[in-house]
Amino acid sequence: MALALSATVVAAADSNSGGAIAAILLATAAGAAAGLWRARRVDMTQMPELIAVLHSFAGLEAVQAGWNSYLEVEAHDAQPHVPAELLRIHHAEVFIGIFIGAVTFTGSLVAFLKLSARIKSRPLMLPGKNALNLGALAAFAALTVWFTVSPRRPLMVSVTALALALGWHLAASIGGDMPVVVSMLNSYSGWAAAAAGFVLDNNLLIVTGALVGSSGAYLSYIMCKAMNRSFLSVIAGGSGIEAAPTGDEEQGRHHETRAEEAAGLLARARSVVIPPATAWPWPRHSIRSRS
Amino acid sequence: MFALAVVIGYYVIGKVHHALHTPLMSVINAISGIVVIGALVQIGYGSRLVTVLSFAAIQLTSVSIFGGFAVTRRMLSMFSRG
Repeated sequence: MALALSATVVAAADSNSGGAIAAILLATAAGAAAGLWRARRVDMTQMPELIAVLHSFAGLEAVQAGWNSYLEVEAHDAQPHVPAELLRIHHAEVFIGIFIGAVTFTGSLVAFLKLSARIKSRPLMLPGKNALNLGALAAFAALTVWFTVSPRRPLMVSVTALALALGWHLAASIGGDMPVVVSMLNSYSGWAAAAAGFVLDNNLLIVTGALVGSSGAYLSYIMCKAMNRSFLSVIAGGSGIEAAPTGDEEQGRHHETRAEEAAGLLARARSVVIPPATAWPWPRHSIRSRS
Repeated sequence: MFALAVVIGYYVIGKVHHALHTPLMSVINAISGIVVIGALVQIGYGSRLVTVLSFAAIQLTSVSIFGGFAVTRRMLSMFSRG
């Protein structure tokens, strides 16, 4: 990865001013310092939310790449970058890239807020939420076609707003399936990178983005199967519940215990199995550190 | 090439043990920071607004890349014995 980034910087340096190179180095240094500092100090149980907030950056970058490209290409009448016959494709690429990036951005932000307990993690069950999601997708398709025909700024603004709202809604509707959602957002940020790669005609971005996107999607599918959940129902923003719970009926028997009893049980047990409450292997580490 | 990369991604994940899924997600996230290439290519071109946006993007994605790899390293160090 270092190789890829250095190569890109060098290639950009060939055709860029010294001021731009200085800006690149400055931005990278500032970001690297912040990232390394956070990574050193963060608690292990805060990993999921850290990953979620980092995803949001990747989504935001895809949105910026799209907007930047729009400002360079579409907003100028006589622009030299894109040959005329490829212009329509460029419109579509910009549009789709911004959509995916914005959905990733707000979805990741909401996931971060939920995982860090800054907002409640109860799923937001809006009436007709599936219709809302499908409607948003249909609106996106329509807007894309419209934009390809006549690329104008109000369309850009509306797709950005639409995607931001859709990302927020998708993540807000998730209940306890957070790990799968984080993994799906991982995947989305990969697709966003690939879309940005198409926009900027950058093969490295396209390939890496596709790699990340597909591996994230497959990983989410594996996690869903392991948790016995339907993949489609999770990504559609539901937690797989068909009907709301009707009351406080007890499902099975639960045992309450206190620390002393639990310690006694553990000391006398021949073998102990601790199933983690989420897909994260935290208990494995906890057991080892207390040996 | 896009399709090939999609297929490769599928196969790469299939071989990873379940216990390593968390650091896997962390490193995939760091790699998705490669989208910074977009900003690297765009900075200095176009209007001042484009440059400002690219600068911010490079900063944020650097956080993602460096932080992501460091976090993954921390996680993986927990899996070694002793």
